[in-house]
Amino acid sequence: MIQDLVVHGVFIVYSVLVLMTCGLLLTWVERKQAAIMSDRIGANRAYLRLPFTQVKLVWWGLFHGLADGAKMLLKEDFRPDSHDRLAYALAPWVAFVPVLLVFAVVPFGGTLVPGELFGSAWFGDRSYQMQVARLDAGLLVVFAFGGLAVLGTLLAGWSSNNKFSLLGAVRAGSQLISYELVLALTVVGLLFIYGTVDLVDIVGQQSGILLGFLPAWGLFLQPLGALLFVVAAQAENQRIPFDLPEAESELVSGYFTEYSAMKMGLFMFAHFIEIAIVAAVFTTLFLGGYNLPYMGDDGFHFPGGFTVEMSHGLVVALQVLVFWLKVFIMCGFLILVRWSLPRFRYDQLLGFAWRFLLPLALANLVVTVVVVGLLDGVGA
Amino acid sequence: MRPRPPRRDYWNEPTLGWWERAYIFEVVRGLLTTSRVFWRNMGRWVRGRKGALTSYYPEERRADYGRRNRGKHVLTQRPDGRPQCIACNLCATVCPARCIEIEAGLDLEDTAHPKYPEAFAIDYARCIFCGFCVEACPEDAIRMVPDIPDLPGNDRHDMWLHKEHLMTWNPQRDVAKPYPPKGGSGP
Repeated sequence: MIQDLVVHGVFIVYSVLVLMTCGLLLTWVERKQAAIMSDRIGANRAYLRLPFTQVKLVWWGLFHGLADGAKMLLKEDFRPDSHDRLAYALAPWVAFVPVLLVFAVVPFGGTLVPGELFGSAWFGDRSYQMQVARLDAGLLVVFAFGGLAVLGTLLAGWSSNNKFSLLGAVRAGSQLISYELVLALTVVGLLFIYGTVDLVDIVGQQSGILLGFLPAWGLFLQPLGALLFVVAAQAENQRIPFDLPEAESELVSGYFTEYSAMKMGLFMFAHFIEIAIVAAVFTTLFLGGYNLPYMGDDGFHFPGGFTVEMSHGLVVALQVLVFWLKVFIMCGFLILVRWSLPRFRYDQLLGFAWRFLLPLALANLVVTVVVVGLLDGVGA
Repeated sequence: MRPRPPRRDYWNEPTLGWWERAYIFEVVRGLLTTSRVFWRNMGRWVRGRKGALTSYYPEERRADYGRRNRGKHVLTQRPDGRPQCIACNLCATVCPARCIEIEAGLDLEDTAHPKYPEAFAIDYARCIFCGFCVEACPEDAIRMVPDIPDLPGNDRHDMWLHKEHLMTWNPQRDVAKPYPPKGGSGP
């Protein structure tokens, strides 16, 4: 019992720490990638000076995230006179916390056997799925918490008592509801194939090989679904080309116009963590999670009987590494999209969701259902 | 619902074929363009070359300054290292931006040039780089060189260059005025 508590405590601390680091890193990655994409140099001035020396650690401006955070913490927390106290103070947290909670059900590694890993008898032969909360409704939890974040946006817009904020919040509300629908519908096709909403099961089923050469990732089973998911996820994340809620040329900065200091920082931070979360969910659903082709729980088994045995610790480390590598590649792609495309007009945005994405998602679903039904019917 | 106003015809009306209107293909093309630029620049950075068109401002000299750019003043020196300037104030008088400040000093030891600049400062926040000071100087004591003052500062008072900064120039070979001058000291 105590052992369970310890292991899950470690998982929770690990998840929160890694997500925070991700958010901090992504602020830098976004600026630097954008700069390199547009022939610029990018953030490169902030440095840490080692105490009592003149050694300055610049590291390509890696510490700009820290500098930004320090700046936001030290700024004046300015509030408008006519704000709604409770809702105004609550909104950043309502926007921030669900984003972290989504990660609770995402498996970031395979099975962990601490007894074997540390060689201690205290753990016995217990084994743990590397995941904060093993819920069999995993995917539903993702959508439930993902949908919760819009409440923070609406609260922020309403409580600021500012028309730009309110307009931004209303835009965010209608946009998120529209794209949430598309997002859910694209995933339903995947659910028909896997027959479960448990994310651990979904990842487990992606460890095989398809047609002899393709890894059995959701990306290859549902290519259109994956594409639609990325588009809808970018819209969920309110990033260009779907950043209408905070379109700074029209709405100052949308629903957090009246926020300053770390409250504004929380909104920004939530956005950056959400990029990582979206990438993590995409990795889990479509990129095989922590799986590499031919990798099992005890090493690689290549066809033709060629086997690479690996110790349990190595496998665990490799799985965690592979997961985060996939997440980072996906983050890079999302940032690439954000810095490449122009913003939609608002009517185009909603038209795109309802008249283009939704029918496509439905068509994808129908085709999937028919194919799965035929294949199953042949079996039965 | 109100009827839509008729669309105006523009001479540069964009024409979208089905390819462009399908959107996704052009999006992919755009993403390929930006990622190609990204990987090209990234490759340059990784190979230790510069992958950007911009420059690190104070540390790095811009590559596109002209060969004839004259952006900085120097005070020429006598062979013994004292300034050639005789503090006659002609440059300060002719300066249209009035950015030269000279404080004259008296040195009776040097009988040929008893007047010398105690302080000589140029305010680069105001200098317009017209070169009149060079034209006005009877002693060839001030010149402009192909350089820039490099003065990023937090304050306009940081934009002054003083005598010690301006006298850093000490060429060994100069067509117009060989150092040390042939045949005796002084012009």
